[in-house]
Amino acid sequence: MREITESDLADVARGAAVLGTGGGGDPYIGRLLAAAAVRAHGPVPLVAPAEVPDDALVLTVAMMGAPTVMVEKLPSVDEIATAARTLARYLGRELTHIACAEAGGVNSLIPVAAAAQLGLPLLDADGMGRAFPEIQMVLPTLYGVRATPMAIADDKGNKGVLDTVDNHWAERLARSATIDMGCSAMIASFAMTGGQAREALVPGTLSLCAELGALAASARDDHTDPVDALVRRLGGRRLFTGKVVDVRRRTASGFARGDARLSGMDGDAGAEMVLRFQNEHLVAERDGVVQVSVPDLICVLDRESGEAVTTERLRFGQRVAVIAAPADPRWHTPEGLALAGPRYFGYDHDPVRVSA
Amino acid sequence: MRIGIDVGGTNTDAVLLDGTDVLAAIKTGTTPDVTSGIVAAVEGLHRQHAFDPAAVRAVMIGTTHFINALVEARRLAPTAAVRLSLPAGSSLPPMVDWPRRLVDAVSGRGYLVHGGHEFDGRHIAELDEAELRRAAEDMGRAGIRSVAITSVFSPVNAEFETRAAEIIAAELPGAAISLSHEIGRIGLLERENATIVNAALRELAAGIVDGLAASVAGAGISAPLYLSQNDGTLMDVDFARRYPVATFASGPTNSMRGAAVLSGLDTCAVVDVGGTTSDVGVLDRGFPREATTEVSVAGIRTNFRMPDVLSVGVGGGSLVRGGPADVAVGPESVGYRLTSKALVFGGDTLTATDIAVAAGRADIGDRSLVAHLDRDLVRAALDRIAAETAEAVERMRTSAEPLPVVAVGGGSVLLPDELAGVGPVRRPENHAVANAIGAAIAQVGGEVDRVYAVEPGRRDAVVDEAKQEAVDRAVAAGARPSTVAVVDFDEVPIPYLPGNATRIRVKAVGDLQVGS
Repeated sequence: MREITESDLADVARGAAVLGTGGGGDPYIGRLLAAAAVRAHGPVPLVAPAEVPDDALVLTVAMMGAPTVMVEKLPSVDEIATAARTLARYLGRELTHIACAEAGGVNSLIPVAAAAQLGLPLLDADGMGRAFPEIQMVLPTLYGVRATPMAIADDKGNKGVLDTVDNHWAERLARSATIDMGCSAMIASFAMTGGQAREALVPGTLSLCAELGALAASARDDHTDPVDALVRRLGGRRLFTGKVVDVRRRTASGFARGDARLSGMDGDAGAEMVLRFQNEHLVAERDGVVQVSVPDLICVLDRESGEAVTTERLRFGQRVAVIAAPADPRWHTPEGLALAGPRYFGYDHDPVRVSA
Repeated sequence: MRIGIDVGGTNTDAVLLDGTDVLAAIKTGTTPDVTSGIVAAVEGLHRQHAFDPAAVRAVMIGTTHFINALVEARRLAPTAAVRLSLPAGSSLPPMVDWPRRLVDAVSGRGYLVHGGHEFDGRHIAELDEAELRRAAEDMGRAGIRSVAITSVFSPVNAEFETRAAEIIAAELPGAAISLSHEIGRIGLLERENATIVNAALRELAAGIVDGLAASVAGAGISAPLYLSQNDGTLMDVDFARRYPVATFASGPTNSMRGAAVLSGLDTCAVVDVGGTTSDVGVLDRGFPREATTEVSVAGIRTNFRMPDVLSVGVGGGSLVRGGPADVAVGPESVGYRLTSKALVFGGDTLTATDIAVAAGRADIGDRSLVAHLDRDLVRAALDRIAAETAEAVERMRTSAEPLPVVAVGGGSVLLPDELAGVGPVRRPENHAVANAIGAAIAQVGGEVDRVYAVEPGRRDAVVDEAKQEAVDRAVAAGARPSTVAVVDFDEVPIPYLPGNATRIRVKAVGDLQVGS
């Protein structure tokens, strides 16, 4: 894939919802914003990290806040571009490339809108290879790339630049500002050189999103199983097929935590699966035994269509397939696990990796 | 006595009910003007069972007329969409994701103005009255006759929508105004879409509702008239004039609720077997289970409450092909040409109806024309139909509890008396007019869907408050207070928000209070 056109966006959105592992927000609004920007400014050139010159200035852009607010107070393309321009001005340098912080949900489409509006190429890469809930949970953190200086912009024209002592502080201060900004803001962060982007990002993830989206659609057209097609492409495993029989949610320290109980059907009849989530799915247990946990990907898909089901949409009676896929291996290093392993999320066990 | 009428695209069905006893039932053709078909249906009921018009306490009508008007993009009023959101939201103006032909059909004009609320109740911007008046002047010049007003977070605070409506009404007297907080829930684009669709249907609704009222009055019936809504509850005529969009899913809803009353079951799977498809839905304590995903109507994304219906391509007109070992039934169908194409009617096409006749399950057309069919093929085709239906019911089932199955519709003879792995199939009397019966027995409801800030220790109080408001709304809509009960409750914490912001949805329903 060499560029992203308006007609690619539906597939990218569908695939991004899969890599969103239940979080990242419904990509619908992101797709509309990207479409509006691409219609106005033309297709977005997609550049492999390997092709980025060493002296490039790469920024990630993302929506920060509650996806549930974003579907009501719609972000605008200008806010996204403003965040990127504000950071470039603070750095006193010319921006050359835009990148995605995460490959899941709405934040894989927001950078497309930014790149189109700014007339810049977009890296075919992201900082996670999936979605995670907090700013510092990106592979560049492992390479010493700092989230700040970071710019934040809102719908009213307010702009701010944060320069923090570490990436956890960036998350904390940006979160406070976001709430005052109406719980939906655009951020530009993780300024990187081309060399840093090559080493720290997960390459090929936007193409992967497009491919996953197209796979699910064509499997449906061919009357083959879209879930199987997605599992094969991700090199993962189908963990469970079942019906959602209970969803319990609670809000804890600003996140939607909860668990969903699934009762098995088809080959899994008689078994039970429990999914534990904090915006994203973190742990999948079958009959009380952990099958897979973060940092590997746990995705809940509609059993028939292969469409991803976000955690906020999980509801009694849905018939779903739960699949797991391996995360970028760097997430399994001690430093990666400290950032986004099960213990960071409060689960007292070692990570359980997906075995194909 | 009550009269229930279902005005479908092809047939107008009517029933005369005393309690839940069916005194008369009739099927007539739907007429282009709708009303003469209703007059004919009511006359038909009278012929079957003479009744005193004064003894009719209520008339309930279910209709697909409004959704069909949208799908066919006809008779839609020139409509403006006003969104109070600036400075937010300008990248995605109203109707941004609509099919072009529907934007044209409503002569859609979008206006972005200042206003709207934040999630926590702060104002995004103050309302700018002069800006609204300028927009209204422009609408007047453009010949706009109906206006949809949507403000950010209006389900939480509707003050801006209400104020904007006053300003626009003053500038554009006579224009119909639809407010989004009365129509949809959280999700701005989907709520705005539903509101614009509603606005575009307001003129048609006024005409149709007047026609319905006139045809009922013309039959000497002075009882109040109600229309059935998507969720299986009723609205009065005045409400229907203002909210035609609330009728969109009433067809499948009425069919399911009619099946419930005919079978005496309030929790069951309902299989409505038509000519081309079988629609499988689930009734839970008397109400259809709702679809959980966004529903696209005529290519427009909305967040209506729609029943969760699974369609399988098996109906009375389905083509039957192959031999006993590899028989296939559907999804292709001869559809409305059944009476010329099917073997039992002298046609040349083997259909599911022919199979039913050959097996002795139905007596339609000329039985001798299917006497030659291979018994093994007939058995295999029936097994195939049973297996597909059982699979669909199984997919709709949400727990291990056995779920009784009720079959309705003309094609229900195709189903066996017992579905493997599912259980017995009930085929109640009068199943062919289940829709009209569903309309006649509908209840009235009230609903709350709002984001609450739940302070520590206050959860129970907040939940009680929401439930009471839903009950009060049901009573205000005409429910007899002693019968009102909360039938649906859903509580979703909103991530990242402080103060335990929680979205609470409650639905309460009760029996209609009819004149003594």
